[in-house]
Amino acid sequence: MQLVCPAGNLPSLKAAIDEGADVVYLGFKDDTNARNFAGLNFSDRTLDQGLDYVRSRGREVYVALNTYPRPQGWKRWRAAVDRAADMQMNALIAADMGVLDYAANRHPDLPLHLSVQGSATNYEALEFYKERFGIRRAVLPRVLSMSQVKHVAENAGVEIEVFGFGSLCVMVEGRCLLSSYAAGQSPNTHGCCSPAGEVRYEETATGMETRLGGVLVDKVGKGENAGYPTVCKGRYDALDKTYYAMEEPTSLNTLDLLPELLAAGVVAIKIEGRQRSPAYVRQVAQVWRQAIDSCLKDPQGFQPRSEWMQQLGAVSEGQQTTLGAYHRTWQ
Amino acid sequence: MKLSFGPVQYYWSREDLMGFYDQVADMPVDIVYLGETVCAKRRLFRFDDWMDTARKLREAGKEVILSTMALLEAESELKSLRRICNNGEFLVEANDMAAVQLLSAAGLPFVAGPTVNIYNAATLQVLADAGLKRWVPAVELGRDTLAAIAPGAPEGVETELFAWGRMPLAMSARCYTARAYDLPKDDCQYRCLDHADGLTLRTREGEPFLAINGIQTQSALTCNLLAEVDAIKALGVDVLRISPQAHHTGRIAQAFADVLQGQNKEKLPDMERLMPVGGCDGYWQEQAGMRYSQK
Repeated sequence: MQLVCPAGNLPSLKAAIDEGADVVYLGFKDDTNARNFAGLNFSDRTLDQGLDYVRSRGREVYVALNTYPRPQGWKRWRAAVDRAADMQMNALIAADMGVLDYAANRHPDLPLHLSVQGSATNYEALEFYKERFGIRRAVLPRVLSMSQVKHVAENAGVEIEVFGFGSLCVMVEGRCLLSSYAAGQSPNTHGCCSPAGEVRYEETATGMETRLGGVLVDKVGKGENAGYPTVCKGRYDALDKTYYAMEEPTSLNTLDLLPELLAAGVVAIKIEGRQRSPAYVRQVAQVWRQAIDSCLKDPQGFQPRSEWMQQLGAVSEGQQTTLGAYHRTWQ
Repeated sequence: MKLSFGPVQYYWSREDLMGFYDQVADMPVDIVYLGETVCAKRRLFRFDDWMDTARKLREAGKEVILSTMALLEAESELKSLRRICNNGEFLVEANDMAAVQLLSAAGLPFVAGPTVNIYNAATLQVLADAGLKRWVPAVELGRDTLAAIAPGAPEGVETELFAWGRMPLAMSARCYTARAYDLPKDDCQYRCLDHADGLTLRTREGEPFLAINGIQTQSALTCNLLAEVDAIKALGVDVLRISPQAHHTGRIAQAFADVLQGQNKEKLPDMERLMPVGGCDGYWQEQAGMRYSQK
């Protein structure tokens, strides 16, 4: 079972590799990837340095090209595929059928993974991508229960990778338009959820208001922590109450499920967070490396250590974690 | 351009659904999409009921298409999907890639609904090779993008634009209607039945923002492209989709039909009054979806 860690920049890449990541995944410095934020991702020069660092230590690099190009951007996406192939990336993680088709035809030796943004939640969908583009692996959206993950892994003709830790998308990835509805840019079109230019923090007499595209997403009292305004983690009014209508600010943590994921044949655990700091990547990679090693050694006896859970809790959104959809009662 | 009714996105009682489709026979739409697309637990209308309705509407002269679920997680859902794909009589709208796979493997033509991600002509070509006959662009695609896709689009594939209704924006494993009532999903007590147009979520400033419809999240605002019909026509769009709502769906269809026949727009009803809480057209205008050029 591989540990696949996020690298938003060179220091994060080094931290992940130093702490034992088998693979780092990263994006080019534009809207061809789903973490298109200022100051993130790799220019040619930093990428060369990063690749040297990873390869000299015998690890791998995947490149995420996981947004959906509109015709206006098509040439840029095609060039990015060519670049990934030229750099002999260990895999291209893509979502768009046009991009996958181009990569499969133009660069048959470039291994293809279906991104979580491809939004495939069942083995019939995966079969399409396997037959048409020869994908080797798929990353599953965070909407499946543990038994559903197992069922997909049993029936899919490709390797299965799942998210183990990080920010929790509560909507099926690749088909969530909440960000563009409020702010004009979505993960699919622009590679970002809640574009920074549309985010406002406003201190008022009664507390801090957080807005996206002018929409009041949340308001916290004085001294409370105001999170980044994502639509699905906001507080709204319905049925005469104000509440987190979709989800509270929280992170996914599946450490408890590691033996089950291993038994299900899941080949890789992905850590979310290319937009997070090198310190986050270091902490999370360290814990998950220990956990995976411990689980591989003795799956039956595996127990997440309390210090692991504390360390992960400390770097989580809202300082709390959940099993999310893996656990039926969450749904 | 033709007019269509998309699938009813909400959970209506059996009587309401039958009553609605009885009337549809006389409404000025050419194409009707039938079926449950949101939640597998909504079973007041079964496969045979949908087939009976489909045959009746076909006899009334409508082109009928069976719609399928947009989020497929359980094997039981795949089983229902296979049954629809193998119906043997009607074209099917795929709303997930699983349906695309099943239909293309069976050599059947299909429509791709708005939750099959098509953002460029290269993707359209992949799907045309698999049997695509018509596509409904994701609701976030605007006029410039559609204009840019058109020249490279494969021959013979029709475009159907979502032109009226609360827009499907997201789906989850979690049921937000059940959550609103503090109920677990497995014991949701079918509260969706109480919200025939979804449950409006307002911001803490009272602005209508989203609408909850089971596991689906919609825009609270109604997409209204009636004023854009000429521009849409100029793009070569073949079909305008109206998403049925609890009230006024027939009047809305009539308004679109009248505009298509060149009727003076001043004679139309006040469309704002036919919406649950208000309108928007931002996506079409290449802006945030909730914006409205008519405000």
